[in-house]
Amino acid sequence: MPLLRITSPHTHSPGNTGDVMQQVMLATIPGLIALSYFFGPGSLMNVVMASFTAVACEAAVMKLRRRPVMFYINDYSAVVTGVLLGLSLPPYCPWWIVAVSTGFAIVVAKHLYGGMGFNPFNPAMVGYVVVLISFPVEMTQWAAPRTALPDGQSLLGPLSALQQIWLDTGIDGHTAATPLDVFKQNDSQLVQHLYATEPVFAAGRWAGAGWEWVNLGFLIGGAYLLYRRIFTWHAPVAMLVALTLMATIFYDGGSSTSGGSPLLHLLSGGTMLGAFFIITDPVTSATSNRGKLIFGASIGVLIYIIRSWGNYPDAVAFAVLLMNFAAPFIDYYTVPRTYGHDKPRRATDNRP
Amino acid sequence: MSNAVNYGEISKNGLWNNNPALVQLLGLCPLLAVTGSVANALGLGLATLLVLLGSNIAVSLIRKAVSDAVRLPAFVMIIATFTTCTELLMRAFTFELYQILGIFIPLIVTNCSILGRADAFASKNPVLPSAWDGLMMGLGFGLVLLAVGAIREILGAGTLFADMHLLFGEAARGWTIHLFGDYSGFLIAVLPPGAFLATGFLIALKNIADAQIKKREEARREKPLKGSKRVRTTGAIS
Repeated sequence: MPLLRITSPHTHSPGNTGDVMQQVMLATIPGLIALSYFFGPGSLMNVVMASFTAVACEAAVMKLRRRPVMFYINDYSAVVTGVLLGLSLPPYCPWWIVAVSTGFAIVVAKHLYGGMGFNPFNPAMVGYVVVLISFPVEMTQWAAPRTALPDGQSLLGPLSALQQIWLDTGIDGHTAATPLDVFKQNDSQLVQHLYATEPVFAAGRWAGAGWEWVNLGFLIGGAYLLYRRIFTWHAPVAMLVALTLMATIFYDGGSSTSGGSPLLHLLSGGTMLGAFFIITDPVTSATSNRGKLIFGASIGVLIYIIRSWGNYPDAVAFAVLLMNFAAPFIDYYTVPRTYGHDKPRRATDNRP
Repeated sequence: MSNAVNYGEISKNGLWNNNPALVQLLGLCPLLAVTGSVANALGLGLATLLVLLGSNIAVSLIRKAVSDAVRLPAFVMIIATFTTCTELLMRAFTFELYQILGIFIPLIVTNCSILGRADAFASKNPVLPSAWDGLMMGLGFGLVLLAVGAIREILGAGTLFADMHLLFGEAARGWTIHLFGDYSGFLIAVLPPGAFLATGFLIALKNIADAQIKKREEARREKPLKGSKRVRTTGAIS
């Protein structure tokens, strides 16, 4: 007699990994549109290249490990890693940067640790950090936004973008310092002065031309994922609140040593992409709700610390990787109380 | 203990089966820290080989005079003596390399593979086998150092045998091989993570090779003919 398949009435989220991953990909679209509008087709090309590389690497590793290839390709996890990497890499970076970071993310960060569900570190962030510390020159050049281009220049068209990516023709003048770069490199000028003179701020509203809209795009995508209950609110909200708090505490109205306003930190760099698409990874983050609050808040604090007093302008990847280390530790101390017990019990507790 | 010393077995253990770096995972600190280039790796490999050879011989010579209770301090003193000798030699003849390797030359004293060989082999065996064991263990360790150094140098800088004049004098200045025309360098290979990655991949490679060898040996082993009877053996097998 075939048994009836009954699912719990309280289950709202989609059933399998593939569905979840498709929703995540769908939710990156607003951010991708903003990126493409302000910085040209570079990010879209990155996303496409990285996705294909990721799937190819995944298939090759699965073949080597003698696992069913199509079963693992169909869970879309490799594609999501590729998409997130493509969104984080600078537009128009040479093709080999995309290839190296994606290959490293899938082969080393994911499969050498045991594959889907076993990786202690977020594969996309590992891939990003590997190329960031290996190729600092290429990785610190970001395209100039549409509204802050020098006179007489326009965004790269698809053809010249392809030339730039594949032949490395080195078209001058299409890169500009990102808002966080500007803050990192000009610590002797007043914030107000920076906002008035730097083109990337003069053409923007709150946190640099283009960047604020890109981050708002990822915020919309994240809100959609929250609405679909792909993840809980704990980690992203904790991270954003912690970052805002840190920025508010250390903001002194705009002196030359100020780390920038809370709005700058919320809407610049990879803040929103990190908050909703990176730290919500169920594999590498803390498990319980209390754990997720601690995990997210620590990432928020670390992002501010590294951005303001570290060597790199942006810090989402480093902060996420550092807290990935700490996730098992957080889990150990935030075991939830089981129904029927007075106190939470740890797995190592042997008392009856 | 039988009198016949199997030198082949000792060599095989040192170079492959019981390799200090890939199997015992001893002496990882210098292995990970100074293998940024072939020249550095070769310098440290030779220094370690010298200390290992000297300490094994000395420990074997005094093995009957030192009581068990104080053997470890005695061994460490011997190793420290040879390390100091090596350090002074390097300071005299390869000063620049000595400065590059820095603290890792004195740190050879704490290299576990040296104390390990002294306690596990030299203190139980005559001089000649001990010397051979020290040589083979040192070679095994040095070869892994060289391999890691070569991988990191090729990936990190796109060259091979750069700066060999630090070790072999001015004549070796031209040994540098540029493998790629225009190579910007894969920095992570030169940074510490690259050492961990390269060593990890080498260990994996060795395990794959071992599995292949085992499979081939099993395939080669003669299978008993169908229907043949087993010979029953009783009593002691000599």
